[in-house]
Amino acid sequence: MMSTTRTTARRRPTDDAPVIRAALIALAIATFALLIAAPAAIVLVGAFRLGIAHFAHAIADPSALAAARLTLVVLAYAIPVNVVFGIGAAWSIARFDFPGRPALLAALDLPLAVSPVISGLVFVLLFGARAPLGAWLIAHHTPIVFATPGIVLATVFVTFPFVARELIPAFASLEISVDEAALVSGATGWQLLIRVTLPSVRAALISGVALATARAAGEFGAVAIVSGNIAGRTNTLPLHIASLYNAGDTTGAFAVASLLVAVALITLAIPTRWASDR
Amino acid sequence: MTPHRRRRRALPGLPLALSITATGALLFIIVPLATILVTAARLSRGRFAAVALNARALAAYRLSLVTALSATALAAPLGLLLAWVITRYRFPGRRLVDALIDLPVALPTAVLGLALGAAYTTTGWLGAPLANLGLHVAFTPFGITLALTALGLPLVVRALTPILTTRPFDTEEASAVLGATRWQTFTRVTLPTITPALLTGAALTFARGIGEYGSVVFIAGNMPFRTEVAPLLIMTRIEEFDDGAATAIATTLLAVSLALLFVIARLERHAAVRAGLRPRTTQ
Repeated sequence: MMSTTRTTARRRPTDDAPVIRAALIALAIATFALLIAAPAAIVLVGAFRLGIAHFAHAIADPSALAAARLTLVVLAYAIPVNVVFGIGAAWSIARFDFPGRPALLAALDLPLAVSPVISGLVFVLLFGARAPLGAWLIAHHTPIVFATPGIVLATVFVTFPFVARELIPAFASLEISVDEAALVSGATGWQLLIRVTLPSVRAALISGVALATARAAGEFGAVAIVSGNIAGRTNTLPLHIASLYNAGDTTGAFAVASLLVAVALITLAIPTRWASDR
Repeated sequence: MTPHRRRRRALPGLPLALSITATGALLFIIVPLATILVTAARLSRGRFAAVALNARALAAYRLSLVTALSATALAAPLGLLLAWVITRYRFPGRRLVDALIDLPVALPTAVLGLALGAAYTTTGWLGAPLANLGLHVAFTPFGITLALTALGLPLVVRALTPILTTRPFDTEEASAVLGATRWQTFTRVTLPTITPALLTGAALTFARGIGEYGSVVFIAGNMPFRTEVAPLLIMTRIEEFDDGAATAIATTLLAVSLALLFVIARLERHAAVRAGLRPRTTQ
């Protein structure tokens, strides 16, 4: 992958003039610094503004810990659902032709075009106290909205196509002859999937899981609607951060937010490391 | 396509994979969206217009539309710039820029909004010098556009990097050898080839921007008629237990964004055909 072709000192006809090159690099770095790096830096600096004791206090607060636990519960449901669906979608859409395939492919893009707030609204309309089904469930002591199931459902809806969108092109680029060789040598469909197909799309799978994890852990709009913001019970980490901020505790909000910045940085580091090994 | 079809049937697993996919799509995509449409259809026409087309709602759609379009117009060239520099040049810090480019998408939207809000208030690091110049960013439509541009940048860069690293190199060389200037090569050879990918990135930015809530509410100020985006108005109506009004506004917003996405998809297909990336015959 390393390109050593550009080490020649002479300029090639497709190279940009050095002045243009320098100007474009400067402009790109300025854009990167102001819009992409600045927010993360502000959070990390803001988190420690009042010292490490204040930081530790904000992190170890019982409602922060409860929020972290709820976020982990949401991930424990949302990510496996995403992976199973993503593999199913990639296996069928990338490798078979069937009636309704274009419609299915188009449907996968729909959640990306829907506002998170609308995603939350859907579950209020279906399971809220003012809906017949919701009223019945509440009467039977299994509330969905303002409880964990609603938060999980809204998160699954928002992140639904993430793994599928990474896996479909990866599956499509695999050589069918490899699959056929495995099948002719007597592999079952499951063996083919687990031993041959998934290892070859490892980078796409990991990148899809990382994207889905970041979004599921950070979802705000959809979750805000179905959560009801009950501190210690239905607050996820982003909701807890927002309520700290709205209560005037900016440093506390940034302290808890710095945890999610760390998670984001880790999720970004994993896929590139993995992909560059290939 | 056709010669492959019979060979693909040799693969097992279609019934299981397809039932997982179809069930998932039905439960988590079709049913939720149908719920919105059915609820909206139950409202009388007069009530729909009264709640979804009143002056406050119209101001909110306009703000969402204008900020999402401005952010798309900013993120597309800036994203192209970043993608170009990352793929074509070698410079110190390139790997860092490349690795962190997805940060706005990986960060929770609320955290992005809080951080940008803190930085660009009149007392913030970046807001104070700008305020001295008379430019107020936080709590204005400009702040909303800024947040949406940050969110859109990685989407544009990710759409462009694959084609920038592979496709136009040989044709660019041919163009240069035949005597075209660097600028002519860029506008006549490179740009047409990457336009479909650029439009894909633009469509993703627009779709994300027009519905965005988390990163916007902390920098917008949220004043009805001035800095209240449509998703925030939906949220307000839900909190007032007015599900009907929320659904009517949601339906209108969905219609607007799907219509614009359809237009972008048409442009994209047109550009792909013109660049010779896709055959003219498909659909």
